[in-house]
Formats: sequence, C-alpha cells, structure tokens
Amino acid sequence: MKVDRRSFLGLGLGAAAGVAVTPATWKLMDDSSIWTQNWPWTPVPPDGEVTFEDTVCTLCSGNCGISVRKINGRPVKIEGTTGHPVNDGGVCLHGISALQYLYDPSRVKSPMIKTDDTWKEVSWEKALAHAAEALGNIRKADNANAIACITDNDKGTVSGLFKRLTTVLGSNNYYTMDTMEKAWATTIDAVNGVKAHVGFDLKNSDLILSFGSGFIEGWGAPVYNFQVNARRKTHGIKLIQVEPRLSNTAAAADKWVPAKPGTEADLALAICGVLITKGLYNKKAIQADDPSFKAFAKMAQEKYSPARTARTTGIDVASIQNLAMAFADAEKPVAIAGRGKGDSAGSTREFAAVYALNCLAGNINAPGGFWLMDKDPAEVWPSIEMDAMATQGFARAKFVETDTVDSLMAKVTASAKSPVEALLVYNANPCYSLKNAKAVTEAVKKIPFVISFSSYMDETTQLADVVLPSHMFLERREDVSLTGPVPLDITALTRPMVSPLFDTRHPGDSVLSLAAAMEGSVAASFPWESYDACLEAVKAPVWKALSEKGSVVKEPVSLVKKIERMDFSLLLNDTAVVAAEGDEATYPLVLMPVDNIRLTGEIAASPFAVKTVSDKVLKGTDSFIEINPETADQLRLSQGDEVTLTTPVGSAIVKVNLFDGIMPGVLAMAHGLGHTMAENPYVGGKGVNVNALVGPVMDAISGLDAAWGIRAKISRV
Amino acid sequence: MTQQNHGNAHKFGMVIDLDKCTGCGSCMVACMSENNVPFKEDESNKKDSITWMRVYKLTNGKSFPDTDVCYLPRPCMHCGGKGDHGHSPCVSVCPATATDYDYGTGIVSQIYTRCFGCRYCMGACPYHARFFNWWDPKWPEGMEEYLSPDVSPRMRGVVEKCSFCFHRYQAAKDKAYLEERDTVAEEEYQTACTQACPSGAITFGDLNNPDHAVHQLVNPDPHHCGRPRNPKAFRLLERLETNPKVYYISEREWVRKAGDNYLDGEWEKAKMKKTKGHE
Repeated sequence: MKVDRRSFLGLGLGAAAGVAVTPATWKLMDDSSIWTQNWPWTPVPPDGEVTFEDTVCTLCSGNCGISVRKINGRPVKIEGTTGHPVNDGGVCLHGISALQYLYDPSRVKSPMIKTDDTWKEVSWEKALAHAAEALGNIRKADNANAIACITDNDKGTVSGLFKRLTTVLGSNNYYTMDTMEKAWATTIDAVNGVKAHVGFDLKNSDLILSFGSGFIEGWGAPVYNFQVNARRKTHGIKLIQVEPRLSNTAAAADKWVPAKPGTEADLALAICGVLITKGLYNKKAIQADDPSFKAFAKMAQEKYSPARTARTTGIDVASIQNLAMAFADAEKPVAIAGRGKGDSAGSTREFAAVYALNCLAGNINAPGGFWLMDKDPAEVWPSIEMDAMATQGFARAKFVETDTVDSLMAKVTASAKSPVEALLVYNANPCYSLKNAKAVTEAVKKIPFVISFSSYMDETTQLADVVLPSHMFLERREDVSLTGPVPLDITALTRPMVSPLFDTRHPGDSVLSLAAAMEGSVAASFPWESYDACLEAVKAPVWKALSEKGSVVKEPVSLVKKIERMDFSLLLNDTAVVAAEGDEATYPLVLMPVDNIRLTGEIAASPFAVKTVSDKVLKGTDSFIEINPETADQLRLSQGDEVTLTTPVGSAIVKVNLFDGIMPGVLAMAHGLGHTMAENPYVGGKGVNVNALVGPVMDAISGLDAAWGIRAKISRV
Repeated sequence: MTQQNHGNAHKFGMVIDLDKCTGCGSCMVACMSENNVPFKEDESNKKDSITWMRVYKLTNGKSFPDTDVCYLPRPCMHCGGKGDHGHSPCVSVCPATATDYDYGTGIVSQIYTRCFGCRYCMGACPYHARFFNWWDPKWPEGMEEYLSPDVSPRMRGVVEKCSFCFHRYQAAKDKAYLEERDTVAEEEYQTACTQACPSGAITFGDLNNPDHAVHQLVNPDPHHCGRPRNPKAFRLLERLETNPKVYYISEREWVRKAGDNYLDGEWEKAKMKKTKGHE
C-alpha cells in the first residue's frame, strides 16, 4: 500500500478519533490505576467487635489511666481514660504510641546469652542457670556484696522483689536512678528532718512560680500539668517561668524571667530576702524569733540583696522586687523546682531556696500549696532468710554512701578492678541517661557480669551478658505508685491487654525464677508460686480495692501539721553552689541540655513520637544546637551550619539552629536523641546524646547529680 | 436514616485555642494512630512526612528577651470555598472526583481508590494539608497488628489528608440508628485529636448548631460565610475566601496577625474593620 500525505493524515486523524471515542483507553487507565492500588502488600486490617479495656501507662512517672481500644481482642488504639484522677481523658503522645512499643520487632524476643560479643537466643532454663551460676560463684567467693542492682525507683512490688533479691543474695548495693523526687526528699530531710513525698497542688493555686521546671514539657505528671495549664485561662492561675531559654513553658507563662543559667537559687533567695525585709511572709507559719530563721533572714537580705542578685542573675532590681510583690500578693502562691522533666536530681541549694519561698508563703500542706505527704505503701512482706554468705556480705560497707548510680559508676571508673562483680539492671538505662554517658558505658564494660531485665536492646542491655527480657507494661499485671509530684496518693494496677507476644516473662516472675535457681536461703525467701501470688499477698491490705477498681486513690496524708524545724543552714554553705564544669577562657559558651516533650529519656521515643520532632531539632541523623542569632553572628555562623561542639567531657558534630528565644552565650540541645539501637532504625542512630557531652556534678549536700549544664565552645567543621 | 437536606445540614468544624496549646504533639500522634498513618525511617524531611495534623511553631520575630512562641496545630481546614458553596480549592481542581464536598456535614472527603495521584489538589490547597504517598507504606514486621479496620491503609500514588475522623461520624450515626435516634449528640462525634488533646485546646462540633461549644466560642457570622464574630478568633488566610471550618483563638495580637499575610499598615485597617463589626 502506498502511503501518501492524504492517507497518512486520514489514518492519523482516524486513529486520533478512535482513541478519543473508544472506552478502551479510559478503561485501561482506570484498570492500571486500580491495579497499582491493589498490591497484596497493602494491608487490609481485619474487622471485628470493638471493646475497650482500661489499664495504666507506666512510660513515665505520671501513670495516666489509659483505655485500649481492641478489635476482636487485638489492641489498635490507646486513648485516655475519662474521669481518671491524673489525666481525665487526656493522654500524651508517648502514651498513645505505646502500641508501637508493644509490637516493636526489635524487642528482645527471648532470653539471650552473650559469648564472645555474639548474642545467642537460649531457653529460660539455660539463661537462668547461667545467671544463677555467676551470682552463686560470687557468693561462694565470700564476695556477695559485689552484686549490685539498679532499678528506676523503689516503689511497688517489682522493685521490692529486686531489692529483696539483692538483700538475700547478701548485698546492700541496691540503687535507684536519680529523679527530682529524690532531690526533693533529701532537701525536705535536710531542712525539716523528715522523710516526705512532695506534691504540688497546682490546680488550686493562683500563682505558680517555676524555677526552670518544664511544667508543660513533661515535668512530673505531664497530662495533669497540661490540664492545670489549661485551667489557667478559666481560673486565673498565673504562671511565672524563670529560665534562660524561652521553653514552651516560658512561652505559655504570663511572665518569662530569663535569669542567667545556674542562678535560679540566687533569684529565689533574693525574693525571700525582699519578702522578709518587707514583712510580706506568712507570720503564722514562721516563727520570726527562731534563731535558724533569723540566720536565714540575715543571709537572704544581705548576701542576696536585690542589688547583688541583679548582678548575678541579670534580672534588674525592680523586676526582682516585682516578682516578690507578685508572690506576696497572690492568695495561694506556690514555687516549684526540678529542671525540665525532672528526670534528673539537681542542686539541693536550688530546691532548698525554692522550698524556703513556699515556707515563707505559709503554703505547706495548704490548699493550692506545697504538700509534704506520708505515703503508706500498704505492703506486707514476709521475713527473709539470710545464709552465712548473705549475712557476711550484707554487713560490709555499701560501695557508695548515697543512693546514686552516678557515684557507683564513678567508683567503678576509679578502680583498677571493678568492685561490682555482677550488676542487675531493671527499668533503667544508665549507659544512656546518666551524664557523661561514655564514661558510664566504659564503667559498665568493666563489670564482669551484667544481667539486664529490659524488653529492649537499649544501650545498657547491649553491654549485658544475659538478658532476661520482661513483658512490656501492656502485657503484664503490676502495681504502680504515682511518683509524680501530684498531691494524691494513687496506687494503680496495670492489667495485661494482650497475651505476651514473645518468649518474655514478667520481671517479678524472672526474679522469682532466678531466686529459685539459686536454691537455699535465696529461694526460701521467695515463697510465692508466681508473681501474681506475690502481688496479691504483698498488697493484701489494699488488694480487694485494687483488684476490683483498678486503683486506690487516697487524699494526701499531710506529714507535717506545723513546721517544727525550719533549718535552712545548708544555704549558708558556699560549697553548695553548683557551677558549670570547665573554664571560661577555653570554653566561652554554656551548653544546657533541654527537655523536649516529644522525646523521651531512658527508653527511646516511639517512631510516631520521633516523626513529630521538629526538623530544627533533628534532621536526618543530625542534632541541632540552639543559639542566639547575636552569638551566631559573632561566631560567623548561620542557620544549618555544621559545627563541632566541644565540652570538657566530649565533642560532637551538630548543626546550628538560630533561635531568638535563647540567651546570648547559651547553647541548648535536646535530650533524648542519639540512641544507638541499630535494630530499630526508626528511632536509633538519630542525632547525638547530649548526656555524652555533659558531665555530672555531685551535689555537696545530697551527693546526687546536680549538673545543669557545662561550659562549651563551637568551631566550624 | 433519611437523607439530610440543606435545611438541617451540619457544618462540622473545629476551634483551637492557641493560648492553651502547648505544642506537645498528642494531636499529631492521636491522628496517626487513629488513621493508620504510616511512618518511615527518616521523617525529618517534613515535605514528604505525612502528618494529617501538623503542629507549626510560630515566633513573633522579636529578639531576646522579647521573643514569643506559639504553636499552631493544622488539620485539613475543610474549606467551604468562595461563598461557602462547597467549591473548596482542592475539590474544584480534582479531575477524578476523588475529593468531594459533603453538603450534609461540610466535610471534604478523600477517596483513595479514586485518586490517581495527579496532585492538583496539593497545588491548590493553600494550607499544605494534603500529602502524597511517594512510597507504599511499610510497617515493621508485626506492627501491622495495630492497624485499625475503620480507615483503609493507603497505597503508593494517592493523596491523603485529614477527614475530621469521618469514620467516627459514621460509627456515631450507626449507633444512633440502632438506638432509633435521629441525631448524633455533640459528644458522640469527636475527632481523635480533640479527644486526645491533654490541654483541652481543641473543640469540635457543629458550627450550625448554636448549642455546640464551637458555635459559642467563635460565634460564626452566617451572612459572611461563617466569619468569626469573636474578635479573638480568626481563620487562616481569611482573605482568600476559602472559608475554612477550622478557627483559632488567641488573646495575643501577633498570633492573630500571623493568620494571614498583611502589607505594611494593612493589619491596623483590618483590625479596625473587625472591631467595628460587620455592617
């Protein structure tokens, strides 16, 4: 056939018309789009009956009530429990993400033993026998006290079992991780000579004066505080935030007082001085002729006069006086301390200065005030049996006097051979969350035998010799006591929401089976068949209410009716001032770790939570430091520049984020990044752990870590 | 249930009190968890990070120590379009009718299986509320277990966005039908973000119903397409006449000003107009 112009055009136009008219084109396009949308790997979640079950979240000290939505018994969503005394329906992003912790494929799925740096999955019997043998050998060598144990806190029956195990093995080296709760307790003990739990009745106060507390950034019981913050608008509660950086709390506050970092205590004492000078303190609560009060008054008025304090804090005299007046004018003022989320301890001087403010306001155990509470754990433990090895070990001196893991690790670091021969770690991740994390990691490496009870391959567990993995909280029944500074005494019961997904055990059962494997007096000290039996027996005084209602809520029992003693002499101690490590000449800047509500500490944040983190905090695998544009200008740095951040403790490559809300000369870096969990790429290997750049500073009074920052320098990469 | 006609149509909307918002991110995660939103290994490239609800951080631009910060949660605005007739920017451009305006609820829908990924709607949306699935979603082994059957997981090549948790409305309607009721009560239909917000900053309800909290908070003007009569309330980019159904409240003037783009001196005029009321 001859193709001429005419037939070419005719065919072409015909084809075009045909294509336009035929449905085949559209049908094929439609089919291809349907085809590309029906891949077998696009999940189709199975439908079924919807049910809700209540439990308690134990990801932080807030212990919110949560309701788990299930489809055919399969948990799909977490919501807050309406009417719960802590969170009344609200819930934070980490609580909602708890299912990602549950289904996390990087969880430790069965017991493991490490030989020559290689992990091997083993049976529970084998892992327990291995651990029991190692502990038994230490005991046989008459060195039982060389077994140490670290837990997150000493509340509840699971911690109780760990403490009991440590004791019956023959060791007094049981430690808990630092929190502001501990710092408050030591402060109250030093001032009033009593052991107390603190609680702040923020809901009923009318002025909250916060010294660096991340009141709405995860401090204490986070959701409780969010709700207090929301009440501010309707109930006229004022918030004043003292902090060198415009944190979310400072931004939400009615007034932001940017005092120089580390001078919060000075400012609190200056306010005390003004209140005393003007006679604006509660005269019913304070005995003015008491010699200890007189000494305190003299010091506050002279040493912390507004003029002097203005120079130290950078807050002018008029502002200091205005702060004091605002505090005095309020009907129910309350002052709070505990930096950021309150996940670390802090300076006793700072806590004492803030406590003094509350004492002057006369708000101790008053509505809207500062509560000193006596919490009855309502537990009955049977007596223990100690064999000769245990008695002998227990009689030895504790490795470090104060209950602080920092000091224990420092002791290990300082010794040629680790005095700790075996370490049990439960619900704690010291290799990540303690300051100078690298030194802590080296210390843990020196310990010959480490047993981790973690559900995750966290930084400390990576260094363990045996992992006896625990059920995560949605898989287990356990009593939890509210430790956040809320003026309520709540004991709640978590309930298993699903049957355990992996070959893990309840940590309580792990302790029981480890003890059973040790035989003799150790086994005899744990007479329960299972953890459930132990829980029921130990919690017998409240078991009926606890098991039926899921929680026992008690109004706070005030510990101190009237303050018998108010001895603030510790504030006269100049060594109590906590300065940042490093010399100013070499390190002209100050680095402060800051808490970010969207990130967590010991356990890495969930994939959902990490997804919400700003690209000015984390970009790819880079962490950012916040710096004032003025300081950046002097250093010729601009947004996104890569710099080397160096402190006396370590250095890291980070990126620059310009932020007007930070004091010139100060750098801020978010806590919670830099987890090394390689198995979980959604949260591991991202950013830098700021704890590797800041060293601990032992408080002269409490011995707890009081570091709030460190001196630093930055240079272009 | 009878077909809803124009006379008793709902107009679901949201009011967010920016002075209560603490930027905690609970709404974002509640939304992701409720709506089977996937996640990738690296979510720090925010342009391809799927967040139906995203919390922005605003600053007042002043230097230390006069700086102020405000967090602004941004769901889909469910625009009514010019004249509030349902011609939302995205609906108007969709060649596949994959996104549509529901006159019974005022909700802008997104039907994933109809969408063929042209992304016109993303270009048209002035609020960056729409996201494209550049990849098939991938859940780590075992995590598919928590997916909810109420919302279909999306696939590569489609656009997705906030639906005001429409499946919750369907569930509430089903429940009402079973209980032989005609109406869904205010508290029966609440979005996941509203429910989760620990600060109570988000309020959700029917803007057409004067008994609902959202109506009382902003007092929408029916003669001006729902423009807020509360002087502390505003909508984003009001002057585009997209007529969003998401309102913001703030006592802070700079925050209200940040809700739109103003030339020098223009804000003062706009403020005057606002305080004078609508003639």
